[in-house]
Amino acid sequence: MSSVLEIKNLETVLHSEPRPVWAVDGLTLQILKGETFALLGESGCGKSITALSIMRLLPEAGEIMGGSVCLGDQDLLLLPETAMRNVRGKRIGMIFQEPMLSLNPVMTVAQQIGEVLQRHFDLRGQAVEKRIVQILDQVGIPDAANRMNEYPFQFSGGMKQRMMIAMALAGEPELLIADEPTTALDVTIQAQVLELMRGLQQQGGMAILLITHDLGVASEMAHRVGIMYAGEIVEMASREAFFRGPAHPYSRKLLAALPGRDRRRQGHRLDAIRGNVPSLSREFVGCRFADRCDHAWELCHQVAPGWTALTGEQQVRCHLFDQNSGSRIVKPPVSGQTAAPATLDAESREFESSPAAGAEQSAPDGSLLSVTDLKVYFPIHKGLMRRVAGYVKAVDGISLRIDRGTTLALVGESGCGKTTAGKAMLQLIPPTAGNVRYNGVELVGLERHRLRSLRSEFQLIFQDPYSSLNPRMRIVDIIEEGMNALGIKDGGKEHEEKKVDRLLESVGLPAETKWRYPHEFSGGQRQRIAIARALAVNPKLIVCDEPTSALDVSVQAQILNLLRELQRNLGLAYLFITHNISVVEYIADEIAVMYLGRIVERGMVDEVLDSPRHPYTQALLSAVPVIELESKRKVIRLHGDLPSPANPPQGCHFHPRCSHVMPVCRKNYPAASIFSSTHTAHCYLYPQDEEQSDRKTQA
Amino acid sequence: MLNYIIRRILYAIPILVGVNLITFTLFFVVNTPDDMARMQLGIKRVTPEAIAKWKQERGYDQPLMFNNAAEGLEKVTRTIFFEKSVAMFAFRFGRADDGRDIAYEIRTRMLPSLAIALPVFVLGLIVYITFALTMVFFRATYVDFWGVVLCVALMSISSLFYIIGGQFLISKLWHLVPISGYGQGLDSAKFLVLPVIIGVISAAGANTRWYRTLFLEEMGKDYVRTARAKGLPESAVLFRHVLQNALIPILTGAVVIIPLLFLGSLIVESFFGIPGLGSYTIDAINSQDFAVVRVMVFLGSLLYIVGLILTDISYTLVDPRIRLE
Amino acid sequence: MSFKPEILWTDALVYVLVAVIVIFAWQVRRHEHLLASWRRVGHSASGMAALTILVFFIVIGLLDTIHLRPAIENGNGGSETAYGVEVLSLLDLLATPLRMQVETTYSAPFATHLYARETVELPGGGQVREFPRLKFGGAHLQDPEAQLAGDIAIRAGTGAGFALLLWFLITASVTAIVAHRRGEKFVFTLSTIWRGITPVPWRAVFVTLALVLLLGGAALALCGDYHILGTDKVGQDVFYQSLKSIRTGLLIGTLTTLMMLPFALLLGVAAGYFRGWVDDLIQYLYTTLSSIPGVLLIAATVLMIQVYMETHPELFDTIAARADLRLLFLCIILGVTSWTGLCRLLRGETLKLREMEYIQAAHAFGVSHWRIISRHIIPNVMHIVLITTVMDFSGLVLAEAVLSYVGVGVDPSTISFGTMINAARLEMAREPMVWWALFAAFSFMFALVLSANLFADAVQNAFDPRMKTLSALSGTWRRKSIGKNA
Repeated sequence: MSSVLEIKNLETVLHSEPRPVWAVDGLTLQILKGETFALLGESGCGKSITALSIMRLLPEAGEIMGGSVCLGDQDLLLLPETAMRNVRGKRIGMIFQEPMLSLNPVMTVAQQIGEVLQRHFDLRGQAVEKRIVQILDQVGIPDAANRMNEYPFQFSGGMKQRMMIAMALAGEPELLIADEPTTALDVTIQAQVLELMRGLQQQGGMAILLITHDLGVASEMAHRVGIMYAGEIVEMASREAFFRGPAHPYSRKLLAALPGRDRRRQGHRLDAIRGNVPSLSREFVGCRFADRCDHAWELCHQVAPGWTALTGEQQVRCHLFDQNSGSRIVKPPVSGQTAAPATLDAESREFESSPAAGAEQSAPDGSLLSVTDLKVYFPIHKGLMRRVAGYVKAVDGISLRIDRGTTLALVGESGCGKTTAGKAMLQLIPPTAGNVRYNGVELVGLERHRLRSLRSEFQLIFQDPYSSLNPRMRIVDIIEEGMNALGIKDGGKEHEEKKVDRLLESVGLPAETKWRYPHEFSGGQRQRIAIARALAVNPKLIVCDEPTSALDVSVQAQILNLLRELQRNLGLAYLFITHNISVVEYIADEIAVMYLGRIVERGMVDEVLDSPRHPYTQALLSAVPVIELESKRKVIRLHGDLPSPANPPQGCHFHPRCSHVMPVCRKNYPAASIFSSTHTAHCYLYPQDEEQSDRKTQA
Repeated sequence: MLNYIIRRILYAIPILVGVNLITFTLFFVVNTPDDMARMQLGIKRVTPEAIAKWKQERGYDQPLMFNNAAEGLEKVTRTIFFEKSVAMFAFRFGRADDGRDIAYEIRTRMLPSLAIALPVFVLGLIVYITFALTMVFFRATYVDFWGVVLCVALMSISSLFYIIGGQFLISKLWHLVPISGYGQGLDSAKFLVLPVIIGVISAAGANTRWYRTLFLEEMGKDYVRTARAKGLPESAVLFRHVLQNALIPILTGAVVIIPLLFLGSLIVESFFGIPGLGSYTIDAINSQDFAVVRVMVFLGSLLYIVGLILTDISYTLVDPRIRLE
Repeated sequence: MSFKPEILWTDALVYVLVAVIVIFAWQVRRHEHLLASWRRVGHSASGMAALTILVFFIVIGLLDTIHLRPAIENGNGGSETAYGVEVLSLLDLLATPLRMQVETTYSAPFATHLYARETVELPGGGQVREFPRLKFGGAHLQDPEAQLAGDIAIRAGTGAGFALLLWFLITASVTAIVAHRRGEKFVFTLSTIWRGITPVPWRAVFVTLALVLLLGGAALALCGDYHILGTDKVGQDVFYQSLKSIRTGLLIGTLTTLMMLPFALLLGVAAGYFRGWVDDLIQYLYTTLSSIPGVLLIAATVLMIQVYMETHPELFDTIAARADLRLLFLCIILGVTSWTGLCRLLRGETLKLREMEYIQAAHAFGVSHWRIISRHIIPNVMHIVLITTVMDFSGLVLAEAVLSYVGVGVDPSTISFGTMINAARLEMAREPMVWWALFAAFSFMFALVLSANLFADAVQNAFDPRMKTLSALSGTWRRKSIGKNA
């Protein structure tokens, strides 16, 4: 097959810092016709800059220093700007990460797609409209003829990304560059969009350059993958070869850093990569990964490795495989059907299995935190006098309990109310109704000073490591703030400082970092500091609100390891709020699935993940991309988007999107169906728990 | 949407009441009418009779807030507060010190003010946006660099200098147009050219630079990259995408000024001898005619509030996100 | 001659301001992250050049702020010393010749004769109308027409020569300090400065310094014997008036902000943080105030204060005190009309900040509202306060001129750019025109405002996070070399 795109020795520099940053340094790859090539890598490794270099759409501070980018037999870098404009949008289409920001907010969808048609096909009038409808139909926009005259803000996130794809398709490109196309979307929506892209490719035969950090997405979509690290590709292989046996130590580490149930069952720590991605403004001698590699020896630090072909389908840039260097040829470990092998790293330590122990420790009253029928409604003001016209039912009657030393995962897609629920439990948002009992003490309606004295018992860790630390405060002040506010003073000033040292060490940071400011730390380190801050007041329960979703896989592994270790040592209980199923599989004991303000299913993690009962849970789990060589999995497609919590559907909230919908689902909300002492779900597909439904009708 | 506008109008009422109270306090509480009379009549030789006469001529011979001497409703209505402040809501402005009817003066002087302010406003908007767009189009080149330098230099020059310099250069040295004055009908055009040009230039630096910043901010947004990825030429990106988005803050920022155009410009009018509201105000300030100043303060805030409401309406017109909500 | 120090109201506030700046600077030195932003200011060539000029203005302004009342020398020789009612500043004393050498009326810059013909009695009887010689300007010349140009050149040259010497001294010592700090050789440091590759743009600073010193040196050497910028209607030296105007301009630009800052900060942050009825109330307050057009509010208030002062003359013991108080009130009113903008900005920023996760974390620790405001919110909005302060400065200096022209600015006895322009404007129609007073006022004002604007730009670029992305869009000078290598 002929290649659509051929990049040779591409070098791109960013002049955004005092010293030039070599964001892309000698990148070579080719993409064949009808093929999906996934460029994989962590943030800051230069994948997006590569994409922008191909399009010649670099930010003003960027500059292409050398190399060639051939589309067919035309070198794009040699084209004058006007000729390049005929390539953009016509021969190469591009979609971006943030569909919310990537569409012009004041132009209608039709105008924005029409622009492409006018520019590249010189279509006018009726012809444009007909073609727009055609394209919108193709990307699955219902009622396209009417909706094309709406503005982007009137569409949901998933729909917006479909618009972006429609815009890219309008030029009938040979190559589609998709820069993290589903990162900002929920898993069920992600599954829709990925399926759409696959379908379009099969129809049109275009090549796709897929840029992603998600190994699962790459494994589902790609024909070939390239692993990027610090501005260069370190491994290139067919999908099968790569996921059967990644060769480069970095690739292997990446796969091993993925959380999942298998890791937990085997009781392993996740394989975190130590250190951080090196700054690309420095000069490299030798292999760029050598400083973080477990297998590095002198040669690695002295000579940059060249390409070694392992098989026809797999090439790697590592001295371990270099025939000429003569030393230590380590064969890439070959594993079975599942992803990377379990025992890659000698450092991996066995965990004692802790959940059972945790349950025994719990107090006579049973639970540490028990929540019954918690509701958080936000009023909607409307009309002339701003009267309350309705409520956004962000949390609509959830009940759950967390035992000492265990982890309950609250899972759901964005907008389902899980974060609000977490904050309401800690009384950071006043609940509208319901009870929250901590250790037998009712928190709802507790006076301010009594609540304050309890605050040290439960703490929070946030999602965004950049906004969770005050940039104007030193680390020591940040950590001491809680101790001072809650009057936790066991000893004098000196003692307090010692405690800060101890805390920092316990989260894996050297004690002397306490004199520094947050901006000097990386995302993972900041998250460690945030954990130390929470630990400073000796809490028993920590609500973790998506603590790893802003982090790279390898750093996520560090944080997950740390959280588990702390749980084991300190007997902490976690309420783990997340949308990431594989993290749940790794860390949770129990799981509660939330949909539109309500918990639809809960149970022990194995029960729910192995035999999900609620159709939503089933769809959610099936949508998570997994690394499997033979994909037998069938994605259950959900129709439409999450309804607005201001106006939830009558009856079962899920019924408009459910494929098993029955008449009764449209009338009443189902009572719990009990499958085991721990596993329940709310669905009419299963026999209803009589007792509870009786109570419901009486009330 | 209608609800929204009605609510904005209702919201304006307490603000107007607040303004009215402030002006009342300023003009009648800080200094009593006696003080003002003494000031006007000359502090040294002033008799109580003269003061009483002065007050009586102007209707200041009543109690401030509450008239004990009167009966029934008049207890409230026969007071300075009611007759001077509350009456303004009914546009009863009273008479100036020279005995002329203020409302009449305002009506006749509004047009000359508008004759200058409106062209300055429209021309200015066009010129500043054009210059700002040019600078953004040539960003990261010397055109942009020297454009910014010029803007900062223009900003640093006093508006008085533009007027004096313009009068000297164009009228006195080159005799192109009359230095000052005002005519009737089309005849007035030759008097208006210079003040309009000066009006546009004196605000050019700050506005052009501000618009440039707005455009640049839009340029940095993701949808611009999308537009470029479609293969659109830079001019289409700038004029279709960026301009359309940046016009939202520019237009809505400009709309608030429109009602205030009636008030004219204080210094330009006084320098060029235009018989508008601006020079009327200046004359009132110089002759310490409190009645006129008070009316102008009230009128100014009224027009400003009208501007605020117009801004809200214009938002709903230009921004689909608000229009369709 | 003995003096009694006199602290006027505005003087006291200037001292407070200086103290605040010193404390602030000391704070900045201790905090690395604050220092980093100021370093960025220090690395801006235009900003540092502007600062060099501003320093001269500030020194003159401060000299003019230290006020004294000289003792009246009376023959009694008693132990009681009486002090005059005339309040003088240090600058007045330094510039005594300028202040005292008053001609009878207009004279052009460097003139030796008056600008208007006067009737002079001839010694032998009879009268002639001629341009009389000035009493002070060029009085030492025997034959003005022949000697004038040469004398000016020699004096200016000498002054400039001394200035150049001073410049060499300053340059050398600064270079030596820099070299010492960086542990380099003197010559090496000098060459890096010369090539303009030092992080702090010393070359720009030195060039600006040279220009200012040369101009200043020449002016100093000449001003004793000539009216280098002419004289005004009553024969006062215009150069002296220009120097005196600097303090007024600086004062209006800084005190106004100082006055409004506490209100804007407190109310803006409170509105954004507490929301609810507090927010409604504060929003109502600033919408009401800002709905009165600024000039009109100022005009009305100044008129009222004027009335108050006229009717209560007993409250002020000197003319200076009275003029000073009026200046202070002008600052306060200007502050009232301009605080709403800052208040709105701070409210918006606080609304954003209160949703930040570190604030939520503080809530989770039960930290009190006051501590959250003082430790988390205020430090994170200070950059807005700083940027607004420096950006407002130049606008206020310009506003003073307009207001004084309208007649609602400073007291007519206060020398300011506005009063100078106001006085000179009356002579616009005169043939030939009296241009020098306008020229002096406008050029001094232009120099002050331009350097303030440039400095404000540097501060904004360093402190405003939005500006970083903007300068990335527009500020990077680079050549497009696409295709060059291929």
